[in-house]
Amino acid sequence: MCVALPGKVIATDGLFGKVDFQGNIVDVNLGIVDAKIGDYVLVHAGCAIEVLKKDKAQEIIDLFQELESMV
Amino acid sequence: MNLETIIKKIGDYQGSKLKIMEVCGTHTVTIFKNGIRSFLPSTIELISGPGCPVCVTPPSYIDKAIEWSLKPNCILLTFGDMMKVPGIQKSLSEAKAEGARVEIMYSPQEVLKKARQNPGITYIIASVGFETTIPIYSLLLEQLLENNISNVKFLTALRRIIPALDYICATESEIVAFLAPGHASTILGSNAYQELAAKYHKPFAVAGFEAEHILIAIYDLLRQIETGKYEVHNLYPSVVQPEGNIAALKIINKYFIPDSANWRGIGDIPESGFYLRDEYLKYDAGSRELPAEDKQLNSKCRCGEVIIGKINPEQCPMFGKICTPIKPKGPCMVSTEGTCGIWYRFSQREKK
Repeated sequence: MCVALPGKVIATDGLFGKVDFQGNIVDVNLGIVDAKIGDYVLVHAGCAIEVLKKDKAQEIIDLFQELESMV
Repeated sequence: MNLETIIKKIGDYQGSKLKIMEVCGTHTVTIFKNGIRSFLPSTIELISGPGCPVCVTPPSYIDKAIEWSLKPNCILLTFGDMMKVPGIQKSLSEAKAEGARVEIMYSPQEVLKKARQNPGITYIIASVGFETTIPIYSLLLEQLLENNISNVKFLTALRRIIPALDYICATESEIVAFLAPGHASTILGSNAYQELAAKYHKPFAVAGFEAEHILIAIYDLLRQIETGKYEVHNLYPSVVQPEGNIAALKIINKYFIPDSANWRGIGDIPESGFYLRDEYLKYDAGSRELPAEDKQLNSKCRCGEVIIGKINPEQCPMFGKICTPIKPKGPCMVSTEGTCGIWYRFSQREKK
């Protein structure tokens, strides 16, 4: 049930904002994140739970690079 | 290091037999969809954990939800996942077919508009979920208070993942390492697992939801096991911070308070639930009145053992025979993230 999808913030209006999921625009509660227009946020059940720090592909590349020093 | 090297290194694992638990149902889906098990040697077993909120919700909760949906001028709002979960008598879906007022929501936020438009109706929100979802109910309650909306109540079955993992660490000694959930950790922070890692000497890896994330996390856990480490590694840093989402944790604690809660198939786990604080009890729909000891639904249903990783779904006598996604007997078959439902949909592919 904890499925969350990334989308791009395209408008903000106080507590709420509009988030674009590949063309599908959804009203999202931004109350627990510090999101600006243009940020990508992770959205779960109509609520942004975090601002994405980098994209998934870059994260995986970085993880591979860090792996040897991590363990 | 690249993916091929990691897959090879995992496949070359020569150590003793071990069990790793993936706590989150969405991880279970990723593992099946990508055939992750086919990369593992027979000595490594992945066990699905209790990370499906629908599956751990006790049957008496469903009955209470149905009771509300039958009251005059009341409408129950629920996530779609809950519809087919069997209560002691019936499911919400069956109740709706008989005329109960049950509506599916995408987000609890939807109730704001409905409650404003229909002041004569009381809306009951079937509030299930782990830390990922609890901030949303908190934000909603804040808006209800600010806007003086009083015709909304929460029927809560909110669960905390750390006390549940503590229970599993204490009782299931065969599980030696944990793939920690990605999205619950977004709220909790990767540091939340430090105490468990230190107390039980078990490594944790917080992972994302791509196949690469899972393989990297399994490799990380194996290296930790081989070198005798038991640390918490955050392998999902694009969204998970060590300290979590502080604003979310703050608002959860503003409105909710931890206390003992009943998990289907497990029983009571101390401090494992969240309940509305006393000041907000007028927004509660009787969440604390559920019986502590739940009646057994079906004596053959082994969802309880599946939830804590004691058995896999195929060891249940009903699995795939009289219990299927179309006519589920237990909650683990109902939810898209329930272990049995996932096994039913994907495991045939792996047998070949």
